[in-house]
Amino acid sequence: MTSGDPAQPPRHVDRAGLVIAALLAGLAAVLVWDSRGLQSSAMYGMGPEAMPVVVASGLALLAIGNFIDALRGNLPARESADPVPVVLILIGLALLIAIIGFGGGFILATSALFVTTSAAFGRRAVLVDSVIALVMSTLIYLAFDRLLTLSLPAGPLERLL
Amino acid sequence: MDTFAALAHGMAVAVQPMNLLYALIGVFLGTAVGVLPGIGPALTVALLLPVTYKLDPGGSLIMFAGIYYGGMYGGSTTAILINTPGESASMATALEGNKMAKAGRGGPALATSAIGSFVAGTIATIGLAFLAPWLVDFAVRFGPEDYFALMCVAFVTVSATFGDSPVRGLTSLFIGLTLGLVGIDKLTGQARLAFGIPELLDGVEVTTLAVGLFAVGEALYVASRRHHTEEKLEPVRGSLWMTKEDWKRSWKPWLRGTMFGFPIGALPAGGAEIPTFLSYSTEKRLTKHPEEFGKGAIEGVAGPEAANNASAAGTLVPLLTLGLPTSATAAMMLAGFQQYGLNPGPLLFAERPDLVWGLIASLFIANLMLLVLNLPLVGLWVRLLAIPQPWLYAGILVFATMGTIAAKPSVVELSMLAGFGVLGFLMRRFDFPIAPVVVGLILGPIAESQLRRALAISLGDPMTLLQSPISATLLGIALVALLAPFVLKGMGRFKANED
Repeated sequence: MTSGDPAQPPRHVDRAGLVIAALLAGLAAVLVWDSRGLQSSAMYGMGPEAMPVVVASGLALLAIGNFIDALRGNLPARESADPVPVVLILIGLALLIAIIGFGGGFILATSALFVTTSAAFGRRAVLVDSVIALVMSTLIYLAFDRLLTLSLPAGPLERLL
Repeated sequence: MDTFAALAHGMAVAVQPMNLLYALIGVFLGTAVGVLPGIGPALTVALLLPVTYKLDPGGSLIMFAGIYYGGMYGGSTTAILINTPGESASMATALEGNKMAKAGRGGPALATSAIGSFVAGTIATIGLAFLAPWLVDFAVRFGPEDYFALMCVAFVTVSATFGDSPVRGLTSLFIGLTLGLVGIDKLTGQARLAFGIPELLDGVEVTTLAVGLFAVGEALYVASRRHHTEEKLEPVRGSLWMTKEDWKRSWKPWLRGTMFGFPIGALPAGGAEIPTFLSYSTEKRLTKHPEEFGKGAIEGVAGPEAANNASAAGTLVPLLTLGLPTSATAAMMLAGFQQYGLNPGPLLFAERPDLVWGLIASLFIANLMLLVLNLPLVGLWVRLLAIPQPWLYAGILVFATMGTIAAKPSVVELSMLAGFGVLGFLMRRFDFPIAPVVVGLILGPIAESQLRRALAISLGDPMTLLQSPISATLLGIALVALLAPFVLKGMGRFKANED
């Protein structure tokens, strides 16, 4: 345990920790705001608005707890993180959602996600990966759509099959 | 005697050829997915839920039993061969097992972990079979206030008592509780936290949350720190079999690990970390070869692996008898029950004994199948481990989103999946535990409805919570469990200053 070691220099305020505390406080506020629109129709006991308020109180207390931890710099040490791959994967997920949303179908959507994720993990062979992704997602589509009769969203490619 | 009759009946259900096939598919898929690095048993179950959508409840639960044990076994294979424990319960295994693999003793390490898991799983399942009816008898006397109090115990122990930081654990729990509030209130039909979005009226889907937090979150996290780690797959060299000496050094740790794992798993405390680490430190103390610890001691694999499996079977005790999930994996199992409208608990034992006892019997069978399947197939699992990381995580993400696309192909649901992925990434980055979120989402609404029922019966008098002796005791336990880590931490600081 080093947290109580007086020989340690005083730690810096953890900014990320402050943001977390603020987010929790904000979430608590949203809960209270949302619960005001609820009507209590229960004759005895709790109505539907009681639990959100209880949870909001808990969140508010935890926001304070996290705030204190952040001020003391009590958060566990973090290693440096590379934002580029994270953003790439998120772009992949956004592409997937957009393609599904616009009726592009399962195969194109998951292929887009596959290629971006693979690139995020350091692959640069986009063409090869695209072929692999298309073949794989077509096989998955056939297996689930035909064998397990789960309905996956169909687009132009699926209609050709 | 009743237990034997019920178990025999369950066996008769489980050995029907179709059910045997389901168990076999479950074991195979569970191991195949569980062996992939970074995928723990909870995610294995979550990812494979869509596969069981079209099955009848009996068959699907039996497949679950296989997936559950298969995922556990797959996880320890990964821990031994590439030193990336998919979950903290495999950390002790990774500690010694990976050293054994590096020293060319990967075969015996895998063997002692497989046989130890079998021994522990079998003993613990027997424990489950005998403890469950007894607990059910006790649980039928529970009123709604007692259930509410029991859930408070689970909330506290899962989030605050055994983690690194009670504040961060409770924060995770309350995020889960918040998500549990989303949707239509079942008693009054009013929408909460839906913000006018029709897709949110049904509430947050447990599988969407779990897959987002575990699969998408893990992929984002691993990608963000790819430059830090380099995984190295240890080839399995030499004999797969254990020598006489290995057997002699393994059997006692197996039994001791089981003794740690089952009771701790069966308490509504959850988490296999404690029994595995207790087992590890015990074996370290009792061994005749202390010099080998840290360099690949077989006891350090045998004991914790047995403890891990025994505690997994132990968590099924509160899950089946009380409907209380105490780990992320158990929460996913509960989600599996709920997709058929089944609620585990005393009633399920009375109404669907074929289902419950068929499941328990299948646990025995799944365990046996794993033992027979895994050692001969170890070459196949190793090949799965050798998939290059970019394709592996790309494939995991495709499979993860596929579950959601198959269940609800809507932009809102997929955006939630991505959002939970970002949440999971941030929680990993800032070291918040993830299991309490899932447990909070599942148990929160149940706890609320039990509390409201209790208060409606008592005409709004909150003293009903303290008037029932069961509820009062449980609330007392919850309070102690909540305060204990703060008090102990204070004492720890005091001690550290004294040194």
